[in-house]
Amino acid sequence: MSNNKGFKKWMSENLGMMFILPWLIGFLIFKVYPFGSSLIYSFTDYHLFDGIREWGLMNYVEIFTKSRIIKAFKVTFTYAFMTVPLKLAFALFIAYILNFKIKGVNLFRVAYYIPSILGGSIAIAVLWKAIFKSDGIVNMILAIFGIKGLDWLSEPGYALFIICLLRVWQFGSAMVIFLAALKNVSQDLYEAASIDGATKWRQFFSITVPIITPVIFYNLVTQLCEAFQEFNGPYIITAGGPRNATTLISLLIYNNAFKSYEMGLASAQAWCLFILVCTLTVIAFISQKKWVYYSDEDGR
Amino acid sequence: MTRETRKHVTMFFSYAVLILVGVIMVYPLLWMIGASFKTNNEIFSGIGFIPKSPTFSGYQNAMKSYGGDIDLIKAMINTYTIVLPKVLFTIVSATVTAYGFARFEFKGKNMLFALLMSTLFLPQVVLNVPQYILFNKFGWINHPWYLALIIPTLFATETRFVFMLNQFLRGIPRELEEAAKIDGCNAIQTLWYVIVPMLKPSITSVALFQFMWSSNDFMGPLLYVSAPSRYPASIFVKMSMDADSGFEWNRVLAMSLISIIPSLVVFFLAQDSFVEGISAGGVKG
Repeated sequence: MSNNKGFKKWMSENLGMMFILPWLIGFLIFKVYPFGSSLIYSFTDYHLFDGIREWGLMNYVEIFTKSRIIKAFKVTFTYAFMTVPLKLAFALFIAYILNFKIKGVNLFRVAYYIPSILGGSIAIAVLWKAIFKSDGIVNMILAIFGIKGLDWLSEPGYALFIICLLRVWQFGSAMVIFLAALKNVSQDLYEAASIDGATKWRQFFSITVPIITPVIFYNLVTQLCEAFQEFNGPYIITAGGPRNATTLISLLIYNNAFKSYEMGLASAQAWCLFILVCTLTVIAFISQKKWVYYSDEDGR
Repeated sequence: MTRETRKHVTMFFSYAVLILVGVIMVYPLLWMIGASFKTNNEIFSGIGFIPKSPTFSGYQNAMKSYGGDIDLIKAMINTYTIVLPKVLFTIVSATVTAYGFARFEFKGKNMLFALLMSTLFLPQVVLNVPQYILFNKFGWINHPWYLALIIPTLFATETRFVFMLNQFLRGIPRELEEAAKIDGCNAIQTLWYVIVPMLKPSITSVALFQFMWSSNDFMGPLLYVSAPSRYPASIFVKMSMDADSGFEWNRVLAMSLISIIPSLVVFFLAQDSFVEGISAGGVKG
């Protein structure tokens, strides 16, 4: 009898635990274990078919000495610091305009959002290749103005930028998030400012941007994480070329792990990427004290 | 300039920018649709999107197999063999997990929730290699039922959906649940009869996003599916692009378009749910 009571008490205290148990099991098997083992693999010379051959720091030595790997990190940095600001600036600017009392706002929103929702699909990568081909649409448009275009995807100086444009073109999801935030900015502020003679441009920098800094921050962190892991664009469109100009680190990791089966080296590279992303996220979180404005702190 | 004229000028420029950007956003897609009906000679001969002599040869060729035991229709069936169970398992496991976190108190809850949140920032790239080795041991790689892609969704591994549902649940008042408890509902009955009906719009959002992402997923099948007869559409279209670009563009473009028709249909039927989901839960599309 008392046993039954004890069980009931235990159940009522741990009922919530029962509901999250599937997640917890999955978390341990599919996240914690791989995360830990990847750190261990990174200190081994591990070939998929031969198993672990040697222990040591050889992978990390290779990462910091091989110019190919160092270049991949540089390319990834260039890519992320080109893509993220452009994408966010675009998203915020368009969301700001859409937030004026625009007629047909839903139509515009859908038009801008479609590329984001389809953007990850292979179809869009195929399309991008067709657009930037040497006889593709972009060069035909340039020809109208008498400019002779290049074979964009085989020029080391431009190929990375073309992939960056593919992601900037998908600014829609960041825009929808900005738009939701802008809707919450009180119209009174704008009216007061416009009576004082502030232009829309001035209002944007003096009212809008400061108020929605938390959302800018959120978009910045998520977009940075995503940009540092970009894989599909370079894999499908350029295959990392020309001359490794678009070999981002995630593509290099894929090649090492699943083409040459160097699991140890790939793990070490993945960990370097992870530490890099972590550092940037931490920097972002520390820096937010300086520029992110949370309204509830000021008791607004 | 008076305030009125300045307002008009601002509005004029706003529409001009919106329309210009709208054209840049949509024109490539329109061009793609048009080009799939053009002959291969016409595709790269002008920037217009209306075909001069429309042809279905792109679509007819798209349906042809490249040889081997796979064609576009079969690849699309494969895609949805992966996508539909993933969607179903994700909404069930994510709802149950979110319910546990949002409505119960238990030891270590806050720490566990912090761990759940931290996985939002854990790059998949770090997990790919060891997950591959693990799934290889389980015999899940190249499995006819795509176990490596589907099984993890049973365990709410896509934590951003848990986070999203948790956010929505916190906004729902508890009175109804308490009434249900007094009427003698146990926790599972409460979940099914009270929570799920109220959460329906958010569960729909989760289902829609998971549908889109899984349909578009490229890296998952690239790692875990190796037999050509089991390729989903994303891998199949990539292969045909490598095989055909340069000579049969209308075929490749037609294939690409056919492969995204289900996604387009779902998007247009449910665009409001997408916008609500993305703005309320901070999910990214």
